[in-house]
Amino acid sequence: MNTIRVILPAHLRTLARIDGEVKLEIEGAATPHAVLNALETRYPMLRGTIRDHVTRQRRPFIRFFACGQDLSHEPPDTPLPDAITTGEEPFLIVGAMAGG
Amino acid sequence: MSGVRVLVGTRKGAFVLTSDGTRKQWDIHGPFFGGWELYHVKGSPADPNRLYASQSSSWFGQIIQRSDDGGKTWKIPGGEKVPEPYDPPGGMSNNFVYDSSPETGKPLTTHQWYDGTQHPWEFKRVWHLEPSFTDPDTVYAGVEDAALFRSTNGGRSWHEVPGLREAKGHLWQPGAGGMCLHTILLDPDKPERIFVAISAAGTFRTDDAGKTWQPVNRGLKSPYELPDPTAEVGHCVHCIAKHPSRPNVLFMQKHWDVMRSDDAGESWHEISGDLPSDFGFPIAVHAHEPETIYVVPIKSDSEHYPPEGKLRVYRSRTGGNQWEALTKGLPQQDCYVNILRDAMAVDSLDPCGIYVGTTGGQVYASADSGESWMPIVRDLPPVLSVEVQALP
Repeated sequence: MNTIRVILPAHLRTLARIDGEVKLEIEGAATPHAVLNALETRYPMLRGTIRDHVTRQRRPFIRFFACGQDLSHEPPDTPLPDAITTGEEPFLIVGAMAGG
Repeated sequence: MSGVRVLVGTRKGAFVLTSDGTRKQWDIHGPFFGGWELYHVKGSPADPNRLYASQSSSWFGQIIQRSDDGGKTWKIPGGEKVPEPYDPPGGMSNNFVYDSSPETGKPLTTHQWYDGTQHPWEFKRVWHLEPSFTDPDTVYAGVEDAALFRSTNGGRSWHEVPGLREAKGHLWQPGAGGMCLHTILLDPDKPERIFVAISAAGTFRTDDAGKTWQPVNRGLKSPYELPDPTAEVGHCVHCIAKHPSRPNVLFMQKHWDVMRSDDAGESWHEISGDLPSDFGFPIAVHAHEPETIYVVPIKSDSEHYPPEGKLRVYRSRTGGNQWEALTKGLPQQDCYVNILRDAMAVDSLDPCGIYVGTTGGQVYASADSGESWMPIVRDLPPVLSVEVQALP
């Protein structure tokens, strides 16, 4: 069992009524897919906001960062870095920059 | 009546404006869902404290919100908690999946794309929510890409109303604002009849509670938008309206032209008459006078502001053709805002109240059928929608 720290964008924290970061218990391999499954189970109101309900594809303006790396384009079953699985570093779910 | 509640959707949140029956002093509540686009907020006629809101974002997609206390508090239907083992699945209130099931005989079809090729339907957002007249838990959603969905459990889950996209859906096409189903007219006395309007497809009617639909666009002419100006579908209808006492009389603000039908959409004729421009977005019918209608002329399809920089609501008391400008209290110089299609509403008090919201963030109200106006709030984000409830 791994405890993964997840940091959400402000709008999703508001939606899920979360203060600060989320800690999720993950059984088995810690992957972006497993993290999102656990997140959506605990916070059902977040379903459909990060990835599509049916296809499970990441929404276009959402990014996944970990340990200074952009994991957004990695296959969702790619194991997360050790620093994420040990809880040393958080898994970041980020809304893409916009504005001007 | 003890009061009035105006529900305002904006580019950056929702606002609830309240007043007593005099409609002179207003309290502003909000923003709710700050930072999100609120395409529409509407109350249930069967339970005024039941409100539905369409919340969306380019980043995070569609959210449905519901209030059971008149807008004081909100929740995502079915998303409040982790479901217990025997609960229905949670987190499905924003799951709008087009019906491709064999049971309804509706394999997923395609619509016309900008380049004339066929393009699959892709859900983008909910433009309009229309609660049932009789059941607070039943609500319809008009969505982009254009389709009609229905929830019978207070917004927890949604199912597409079968049949509508069979009405020549392969010929529907997106306008500049996308391909959206933006108007839903229910009939309080005949629940099996529904009208919807789609940009750019036209107006459609069902007489069997949504099983089958027919385009009802005869008489519309779109010489600058369609290769066949009188095509059965493809017209850019901006809004339709009707009075509850006249189930067969419809009024339409088309891209260009204000139109009227006296036979439930079977035929339409133009009633633009002496308007300074027949381009515009919303249209509304007086609550107590079924031949009194309101439009807000806009200069053109590229100049989305009032002619001459004067914000004028136009009223016809003859069911069209003869129009009078209503200007008292509205800005009459240097005004270059737009009024979007869902941003005009009427209340059922006597005298009838009229409300319009602008892309400049003002909501103007008239408590005397349009004779005089006042801004009830003037610095909101761009207003997308305005609805009003008269409270018992």
